[in-house]
Amino acid sequence: MKTGAKLLIEGLQREGVETIFGYPGGVVLPIYDDLYDSPLRHILVRHEQAAAHAADGYARASGRVGVCLATSGPGACNLVTGIATAYMDSIPIVAITGQVPTSLLGNDAFQESDITGITMPVTKHNYLVKKAVDLPRIIQEAFYIAGTGRPGPVLIDIPKDVSTGTVEIEPARMETVLLRGYQPTYKGHQRQIDRAIELIMLAERPLIYAGGGVVLSNASGELVRLAEQLVVPVTTTLMGLGAFPGDHPLNLGMLGMHGTEYANFAVTECDLLIAIGVRFDDRVTGKLDTFAPHAKIIHIDIDPAEIGKNKQVDVPIVGDVQNILGEILHKLQKTGYYQNWLEKIKGWKKKHPLRYKDDGKLRPQYIIQQLSSLLEGEGIIVSEVGQNQMWTAQYFCFRKPRTWITSGGLGTMGYGLPASMGVHYARPDQPVFDIAGDGSIQMNIQEFGTIAQYQIPVKVAILNNQYLGMVRQWQELFYDRRYSFTELPPVDFVKIAGAYGIDGIKVESRDQVSSALKTALNTPGPFVLDFRIEREENVYPIVPPGAANNEMIGGNSS
Amino acid sequence: MKPHTLSILVENRAGVLSRVTGLFSRRGFNIESLAVGTCEEPEMSRITIVCIGDDAQIEQVMKQLNKLIDVIKVSDLTDNERVERELAMIKVTADSGGSRSEIMQIAQIFRAQVVDMGTKTLVLQIAGNTKKIDALETLLRQYGVKELVRTGKIGMLRGSKTVKSGK
Repeated sequence: MKTGAKLLIEGLQREGVETIFGYPGGVVLPIYDDLYDSPLRHILVRHEQAAAHAADGYARASGRVGVCLATSGPGACNLVTGIATAYMDSIPIVAITGQVPTSLLGNDAFQESDITGITMPVTKHNYLVKKAVDLPRIIQEAFYIAGTGRPGPVLIDIPKDVSTGTVEIEPARMETVLLRGYQPTYKGHQRQIDRAIELIMLAERPLIYAGGGVVLSNASGELVRLAEQLVVPVTTTLMGLGAFPGDHPLNLGMLGMHGTEYANFAVTECDLLIAIGVRFDDRVTGKLDTFAPHAKIIHIDIDPAEIGKNKQVDVPIVGDVQNILGEILHKLQKTGYYQNWLEKIKGWKKKHPLRYKDDGKLRPQYIIQQLSSLLEGEGIIVSEVGQNQMWTAQYFCFRKPRTWITSGGLGTMGYGLPASMGVHYARPDQPVFDIAGDGSIQMNIQEFGTIAQYQIPVKVAILNNQYLGMVRQWQELFYDRRYSFTELPPVDFVKIAGAYGIDGIKVESRDQVSSALKTALNTPGPFVLDFRIEREENVYPIVPPGAANNEMIGGNSS
Repeated sequence: MKPHTLSILVENRAGVLSRVTGLFSRRGFNIESLAVGTCEEPEMSRITIVCIGDDAQIEQVMKQLNKLIDVIKVSDLTDNERVERELAMIKVTADSGGSRSEIMQIAQIFRAQVVDMGTKTLVLQIAGNTKKIDALETLLRQYGVKELVRTGKIGMLRGSKTVKSGK
């Protein structure tokens, strides 16, 4: 005879779960009681949102399903931002919530919230468990749904009487999960692959546009081989950074709103766009009509709903990116060498590099560059959202997939610190830096408590400009410098860290950057760096909202 | 932009209807009519939804519906040979002998049935396509329509073709 709580813990173990992030409460007491002497490692966060982000960070860094646990009502509601973050970036997590007993469901009971209803639009699927005997099947299905096809979050809501309820005969584990309403396509359609190859052979100015789908599909190796075999340049989205080595001669960096000028020029002038694991997001395309206006488009994605959603394409191939790239590589014969095109791009790269004012002041871009050269391709970089995120995307050289962890789709401020906790447990061998702003870090600063308690060696680098910098930048550029509610009073982050027992340094000049970063890296356990950067530094270049990608401003400021 | 009739085969489980309708509202699609019921498979239900959109919008909504785990099959019946029916009940004021017999004559022409007769009202039941029901309603309005209820359209392909599982 087993309780629902026991079945849950055993189910998680059978799925290979080692670490979960959670926060206890009333209706999850039975589950926590079984956790107490289970081999699962439970990390106690300081706010449920952090548990969801930590599970998400764990999933992004490891490629496995991350798990978080919260109580009913406020606990479950606090997970929602984290679940939505994972949903927008197609990250596999399983969120487990407690629920009031089934007899009280719908009665506005204490700490009751309809969390399956609330999370319906931001989960791939969710379950309200009605009987303990269903738990093993639901757990197995949940992990399967979260981690296969286009990955995403799945929530399991467990009423208290289900976790205390007992099962006489434990149902046998299903050999394979069979869901008649869920059969993802993995293999690309042969005729479409042949048509794609025809387009590649005919192209004169081809460009690869690669995104998060390449990372999710573990297809970086195939992407590099394809680019090298064709000798075709590659631009990546924010989510695709690291899928193609940042120091590769064919790499054009990021495209879109804060992309490099040469990537945006290339996408505007190319005659064939090979879009791989991307979704033509508005931050990438700018004005849709002027995005890749001269190009035939091949679109490879596992989600059929992404095909033609924003932009009509010529050759859609639905399936797993790794499979399809493998097939294309297998079938591809020698193609022409795009000499003129490569020369043109080389010229743009030379004439329009990313740049910032090099005047001895403490500028954020310099800090990122220093960190990039200090780590030499090692380490995992997590970011918050805003200017800190864009400077990191532009100036850090990501060489490997799953070394860049950021909230792209939802753009969740406060994501970085908790996500980096999850990253650490996924990759304890790697140094983890959270690049933060003073605005973002204060959205989940309570997690200093968690990194202190478990001595999680996350290095928090705060690019402190006492502004909500990205919003201020838009106010400067588009709202006549009317800084409406974007100035933040100075905060002494070293003191806050100290209160939690975490060491830190305040850095006020450029010549201290390198040694401060080294100190952080070499100090065991967590560390906080408070960089007092130039307050009104902007992220350039920028494609103004609604403009075409080649209408960037700030590109030549130096 | 024209009305499309979508036939959606779903798992017969709690919450499935709200997953389907929630998807329509959050992606900005209006549902013109909706009908749900059990079907030939005991564990499934069939939903018929009429919605208006251009071809690209309908394609997108069908793809999004297909992503729902509980949705087994989605078909757009619109461009196929199909049968579509709707049922309506109309409560009409019929307090004088003259209007009463006129209404019953109209009902006969429309092949509507009188399913309830009170001292002051008649309830007519009519099955047919949307236009036929609209036409009857228009004719009855002069007598006073006190209440009208429609089931929403249901549809089925003609011939041996079916909307079955296997996405």
